[in-house]
Formats: sequence, structure tokens, C-alpha cells
Amino acid sequence: MLLRTLTELNGTSGVEKEIRQALRQEIEPFVDSIMIDKIGNLIVQKNRSEQGPKIMLAAHMDEVALMITDLTADGLLKFHPVGGIDSRILVSKPVKINSLVGVIGAKAIHLQKPQERQQALKIDQLYIDIGAKTKEEAEKQVKLGDYAYFLTKTEPLGEGYLKGKAFDDRVGCYVLSEIFKKDYSLNLVGAYTVQEEVGLRGAKVAAYHVQPDFAIVLEGTIAADMIHLEEHEWVTELGKGPALSIMDHTTLYNPKLIEQVAQLAKNNEIPLQFRRGNSGGNDAGKIHLSREGIPTIAISVPCRYIHSTASIISEDDVKNTISLIDLILHSIPENFTF
Amino acid sequence: MPLDQNPLDYLLLKRLTQTFGPSGVEDQVSTLIEEQIRPYCDELYKDKLGNLIALRRGSGKKIMVAAHMDEIGVMITHIDEKGFLRFSPIGGVHIQELPHRRIQFKSGLVGVIGVEKLEKPTDLKGDKLYIDIGTSSREESERLIRIGESAVFTGSYEETEHQILSKAMDDRVGCFVAIEAMKRLQTNHEVSFVFTVQEEVGLRGAQTAAFALEPDLAIAIDVTMTGDTPKAHTMEVRLGHGAAIKVIDRSMITPPMIKKWMAQTAEDHKIPYQWEVLEFGGTDSGAIHLTKGGIPAGVLSIPTRYVHSPSETVDRRDVEATVRLLVALLENPVEL
Repeated sequence: MLLRTLTELNGTSGVEKEIRQALRQEIEPFVDSIMIDKIGNLIVQKNRSEQGPKIMLAAHMDEVALMITDLTADGLLKFHPVGGIDSRILVSKPVKINSLVGVIGAKAIHLQKPQERQQALKIDQLYIDIGAKTKEEAEKQVKLGDYAYFLTKTEPLGEGYLKGKAFDDRVGCYVLSEIFKKDYSLNLVGAYTVQEEVGLRGAKVAAYHVQPDFAIVLEGTIAADMIHLEEHEWVTELGKGPALSIMDHTTLYNPKLIEQVAQLAKNNEIPLQFRRGNSGGNDAGKIHLSREGIPTIAISVPCRYIHSTASIISEDDVKNTISLIDLILHSIPENFTF
Repeated sequence: MPLDQNPLDYLLLKRLTQTFGPSGVEDQVSTLIEEQIRPYCDELYKDKLGNLIALRRGSGKKIMVAAHMDEIGVMITHIDEKGFLRFSPIGGVHIQELPHRRIQFKSGLVGVIGVEKLEKPTDLKGDKLYIDIGTSSREESERLIRIGESAVFTGSYEETEHQILSKAMDDRVGCFVAIEAMKRLQTNHEVSFVFTVQEEVGLRGAQTAAFALEPDLAIAIDVTMTGDTPKAHTMEVRLGHGAAIKVIDRSMITPPMIKKWMAQTAEDHKIPYQWEVLEFGGTDSGAIHLTKGGIPAGVLSIPTRYVHSPSETVDRRDVEATVRLLVALLENPVEL
């Protein structure tokens, strides 16, 4: 299953090669052209000769991870996060570095003073233990700048849910790929972008050279429908359908586009929710400001526990996201304009 | 023609400030400006982000004048079962000042911001605030507004002998200065007046407009803060002391040749001016000057007290000085 393959592969910002290769192999039979641009975005195209607007779908390949920044004298690895990671979730998690397994270590509860137990450990108090006894021993297996990834298998959970890492944004890559397996009489470009987690960098480059007339960003986004949060803090809810962005730190989405998507979903009985709150940002932030400006929307699959070792998504939300994108593309140009 | 023979149309400033236009929903402001400037331009169009661009053809320098149409506001993110709304700020909103302030939607619907019971004053955060639109159920609220809709803070337009206060003086007074300058302008330069969108959320409209227009130089017109009130943060800008020529803010450092050009022109025309060193914020020229290979850009600012409040206060003499300086800059040969 493609989504499982994609999420179990490792690729943080700047080192998306594994993901890019897997996607390329998957999508090659369905597209007319494939290219990798200078920053590493995988750009695929269908129906280039089709009259009418050029539509770009974008999803980012990179995930959050840890970069090894120091090897200590006793063979432990110090690290720094790539992208936004909550240091409180790291303690005692197994990670994969190259082909090696390590454990993020910290002082055991027995040794902590009562005061220490009150405070979450900071990144600089943590290290990765790969079972090496000296710096020399560690250096044989790891070098500075290597990456550590969460070791999480993707598997079903409950009824219709999936657990895994990196749904942000492999689920977007998955939706993009499924859409490109279908046929539309539209000039379609797919941009699997790099370095979103560190500042929407790949998307900036892709939007500039693709120059689309309209763009759809496909994302995995925050779902916070949890017991300790109040309803107005939920952002999105699992199982309530794709989430359409209204605003975030990087974009104020065009009300006319929002209205059209909401209307299409309603008329065709596809569940749709709004992504509430203004936190975060995504590739739309760079795409909509590219060149003279590009009309852009963002549609996300809600993910609980995003940016952590294991997040949860609803399979129905994934299916409904694909249906909604399919519907929007079939509605261009008569029933969806930009 | 001197301003004493052809006074500024302050009724237009009143309409501009009272028109609804939070970042992302500037269409009503844009429509009002379009009506006003149509006779004074050769081409008038809107770009993809919603910037309104008015072109005056000419054979001289290509000059872009930018003033932003958007104002700060809030966006509705949630409706609860009792009909109360939750929101996110749009632009630089001071959360501490929000309780019991009034807001207004595009439809004209008015609401008031309420606050939950707080254990201590420092607990006042955005998620403790809600909007009451006088409804008693989710269904009732949903008939009036929807999630994703924006609202602005209300603040009436009032005049004293020299001062004017209103909501959204930032930056409708800049739009006003640009419009009044257009009406008076006789020039050989090719001037694009751009009424930009989404300045308050990150200079977004100016970025795409500058890319499209690729001018030789640009002037943004915006408000700036002052340091002339009791125990204010130190700042050498005073109300009533003329147009402010920007030296620096968080988004740009004005090139010396632009500063010199602006100050020399002011002196030649005996227009009062002051230097603006702004330690916070930025404006459209910040985005414009980094476009493509770089575009020389400066800013004329209208000194304003209580920026981002419902009572943004300007002085008529400064507004008039800014109009005169902008016209003088655009009418004379530019050698940079």
C-alpha cells in the first residue's frame, strides 16, 4: 500500500531522496513528463498541450526529524530538530540513523530529584544512545549531519484509522499521486516539494518556474479534538472530512475560492470542515505570492499528534480528500473559477 | 494649484476610514477608490491578489506609489452551541485591549467582544475571548455569519480643530493622500498608483504588484507612530510637524539617495517634513525594495497616534504636507 510505503520511508528537509525515488517509480506510468528541479522538487506533468489554465497540485515530501550535531567522548550523539518538534515527546523513543537503531536517552525516573520530575527535559539535555562506548566507536557508524528518524510502522488502528509517522505530508503526496492516476482534460502539474518544514522553500522555487494559474496545496494538518481541549481549540476533527484552510500564519485564503469549494462539497455530499485557528503555515504561503500572485487553496487530511513519533488519521478522511480534489478538478472551468 | 484654493476632500477620508476592509476582504474599499479615481487615470485594473492598480502613462521614470487598503480585524474560527463566536486576529491586534470592543461584519452586523472569567489579569489571551452577536444558538448564528468570515473594529470618524480620529486611519489616510495627489498631479513620469491588499499580514499585495510592475522606483504611503504623548516610547515624530520621511523600520533601510531626494524636494517647496526612525513594524516598501533585482524605494508617512486602535489620530496639516510632498516628488525630474 502506497501510503504505508511512503510513511515508513525516511526523508527530512533537504534529504528527500528516498521519498522522491519511491514517488517517481509510482507515478511514472501515469504522467507525460517528469523532472527534478535544482532544489530537489519532483515535478510531474500531464496534458501539457491542453488548452486552458495550468493547475498545480503541491504536497511536500519532507518530514520532521533530528540532525546529529555532536558526538560526545563517551559515544553518545547530540542532536538538533529539523522542523518543529516538541522536545517533551522525545525521551526514550527508538530512532533510526542510517541503518542503525538508537534510543533517545535521559536520566531514569529513579535518579531524578522531585524538582527535576516537574520539568520537561530540553533538547540539550537529551542524547541518542547507539550502544557505542567511545567517540571513535560512534564515529565508525555515524557522522555529523546524519539524521535520526522515528521508528514507527504504519498500521491500522480501531475501525478505519491508521497510525504512523510522517503523515504530514506523505498523506498529501499520496493524495496527489492518486489524483494523477486519474484522467482529466486539464493541464496538470504535480509538485512534490522539498523543505516545507523549514520554511516552505521548495514550493517557492516550484511555483516560480511552474507558473500555474491556480494551485491546490495538499497537506496533513493538526487535529486537536482531544478531551483536555475545548471545542474552539480543536482546529480540525478526525473523521469529519477534508479540512479547507481559511487562514494561517502564511496565507489569508481567498473568500471566493473558499465559498466555491464549500458549495461544491455541499452539493455533492462530501463532508468538509474548515481548518480553524491561525496557527502554522504551508506551501500556499509561498505559492500564492509567487510572481504576480497565484490563486491558491489548501486542503488537508486531519492528523492527531502531528510532528510526533506516531500520529493518527482517518481512512475516510483520506478517501474524501481524494473525492473532493477530483470533484474540484472536474468542475474546472464551468463550475469552479479562480 | 495650492491646497488653500483646492482643499482636500475630507468627506472622502471619512468614507474611506468607515468602509469595511480587513486583510483579504478589501473589495468594498477597492470599489470606493475605483469610483473616485477613474477620471484621473489611463488604465485601471485589479490583479490576482486584489490589488487595485491605476496607471498614468508617461515617458519619464516608472514610479510605483503604494498605499494599502486593508485594516486589522478578526476572523471567525468557531461557533459554539449557544451562538457565541471564537476568532483569530488578523494583523497586529493588541489582545489586551480587546475586551468589550465592538466589531462589525461586512453585512453590517455588529458584535461585542466578551471575556471569560479570569483567575488573574495576565490570563487574558486570545482564546479567553469570544464575540457576542446577540444570538442564542449555533443555528441562529450560522444564519448570520459563517466560519472564515472576517470582521473589523468599529471606531467613528471625528474631527477637532487640527486632528482627525477614526478606525482604519492605517492606511486609508495613505489611500486618501494617494487619491488627492492623483487629482492634482501633472507629470511626465509613468506613475502606477497601487492600492495594495494584505499589508497588515506581511506586505503581501505589494510583493506581487511590484513583481508585475517592475518600476524604476517606488514610494509607499503609510502611517507611522509618534513619540509626542505623555511618557511615550522615545520617537522623534510629532503630530502637526509635517510629512515624515522614513529612515528605517523593521522591513527596510531607505537608500540615502531616496532620503536626499525626498528631503531636498520638501525644502525646495517649503513643505514641512520630519525624519522617521521607526523601531517596530514595516510597510509595503519593505517588500517592494527586494523585488526582482532590487527596486529603490522610500516611504512617506503620516504621523499617527494610537496606531491599531479604534482612535487612530492624525493631524490635517500633516496630511496636507504629505499630499503636497508626494505631488512635488512625482512632478519634478528624478535624478537618482
